[in-house]
Amino acid sequence: MHQFSHPPSSPPNPLQNVPMPKFSACPTRRQTLAYGFCLCCVPTRLRADAPASFQEVAPGIHIRRGRDEDASETNQDAIANIGFIVGDDAVLVTDPGGSLADGFSVRAAIRAATPRPIRYVLLSHIHPDHIFGAGAFLADQPIFVGHRNLRQSLAARGAFYQSHLDTILGPGKAGPIVQPTLPVADQLELNLGRRRLTLSAHAPAHTSTDVSLFDHATGTLLPADLLFVGRIPSLDGSLPGWIVQLPALVALNPARAIPGHGPLSVDFRTAVADLTRYLVTLRDQTRAALEAGRDINAASATVAQSERPRWKLFDDYNPRNVIEAYKELEWE
Amino acid sequence: MGVGLRRQNWIHPMRIVTLAAFLAAAVAATPVRAAEDEAARADRWHDLAKYIFDGRQPTETAGWVSIDAPTRALDAALVPITVTLAESHRIKALYLVVDENPSPVAAHIVFGPAADPGTLTMRIRVDQYTNLHAVVETEDGKLVSATRFIKAAGGCSAPGAETPELALKAAGKMKLRLSNQAGPAHAELLIRHPNFNGMQMDQATRLYTPARYINRIDVAYNGQRVFHMDSDISQASDPAIGFGFKSDGTGTLSVDAADTAHSTWHQDFPINPHGT
Repeated sequence: MHQFSHPPSSPPNPLQNVPMPKFSACPTRRQTLAYGFCLCCVPTRLRADAPASFQEVAPGIHIRRGRDEDASETNQDAIANIGFIVGDDAVLVTDPGGSLADGFSVRAAIRAATPRPIRYVLLSHIHPDHIFGAGAFLADQPIFVGHRNLRQSLAARGAFYQSHLDTILGPGKAGPIVQPTLPVADQLELNLGRRRLTLSAHAPAHTSTDVSLFDHATGTLLPADLLFVGRIPSLDGSLPGWIVQLPALVALNPARAIPGHGPLSVDFRTAVADLTRYLVTLRDQTRAALEAGRDINAASATVAQSERPRWKLFDDYNPRNVIEAYKELEWE
Repeated sequence: MGVGLRRQNWIHPMRIVTLAAFLAAAVAATPVRAAEDEAARADRWHDLAKYIFDGRQPTETAGWVSIDAPTRALDAALVPITVTLAESHRIKALYLVVDENPSPVAAHIVFGPAADPGTLTMRIRVDQYTNLHAVVETEDGKLVSATRFIKAAGGCSAPGAETPELALKAAGKMKLRLSNQAGPAHAELLIRHPNFNGMQMDQATRLYTPARYINRIDVAYNGQRVFHMDSDISQASDPAIGFGFKSDGTGTLSVDAADTAHSTWHQDFPINPHGT
């Protein structure tokens, strides 16, 4: 089990120390509304080029809500919650986004918000919807930060992800594979200028490369994909490992937490309870299927079905989660 | 197609069905191309069979052998299949062929006196939409086949979750699951092995991880052969083989496995009437 070694604490004047840049709503949206259409009615192809809209969820923390979809040419893989944190001296990006285009939209939002240098780009884990935007920041020569396992994991999977993302988004649209230059072995403290961040490398959970971030100035936790809200979680690390690490995140008692997928404002404890309920159901029913001698295929069609009404994209991900769980738990 | 596209995701790279595969499916949907595809598949099988069976062609006769597999696999790198053999025939061996895979013969299984060949299960990799053939060879030399079409793609080049070093560390660890059901004893043998097939590229070095896979498994019950299996890169990583055997109550199931790097592993599993 992984825990932060330092309990979260606030500096004396947290809010005054953090710049609060202005970031206006994109004109496209206003134009659209002026013509009497709600945004949801506009063909998505027209929306693809619009600047991503960021929300300042806490002073200096800007997050773009990802779409609850799978990657497509239309959404350019802008499906994860990603953003940036501004300190007195510098900016940290987390995450850079799901494609080169997605990365450039983050970069544009940063440049609209602050002239401060982009010093760090955190790659919260291996999944493409979080990291393929990294190429948009190469010119800034930031320090790319990632889990100690990320380098090897990218070595094994990066090219595969890239080629498949290219087939979905269009040739060359995925972006380059950018390796971390600063590994998080266990914990890492970064300072953006009167803004202290604690990065924690987790044992296998959602993936084998999960890093969470805690912003001491505002008590904000960015657990990335250790927390899914409303969208079905995907399992690619360790099911028991994930379950066992969630109480440690709750114990941090953050003022707020921003999920890797889902609404930007959530009740953290309720969200963790929902996620835990799904993961425990997946674990227990997969174990029961193994016990009953049900094969992997039959199990994938039956396990955790009670969770269907509670999650978006359930049928797209749950059967695969069962296969992942089955492969892990059959060796217990 | 719409549903199909949503099938891709990033949980696990092996699961991604490529766009090319979708295009192939779209094209195949038109009757003319479907007929052409079918003809091409038939030609492919004719050539493969000729090569595998030394010039002979298996006949497809109902009631001898059947294949059960998901029509659209969730995970192209782990497609669970079940082959059922009619017990009334004296079966010597079984071939499992994934026609469109780079190395199509996924398994050649020769049964021994302790075998109960009724049902076999396996997990295979599927590189692109393919026919799957199960061919039984009887003791008097007949070859009888069954066919099943599977929609899955990308299962061969997809990298595993672990790094090669980590994956090989656990290689050879075995587990045996016995079914508690009445009737002939049935077991599933799990063997840890990455089954590197030489198609997985290390992005850092731009080199392909050298092929290294389990190529031989021998299972015996109380000293009598249950089966000998020659296997190939079409077997999923961590191969899992389900099989029946003639059990007289108490005994020992012995497993010997080897990979292409000449590593060998042996394990004895005690069998008792209530399962282990």
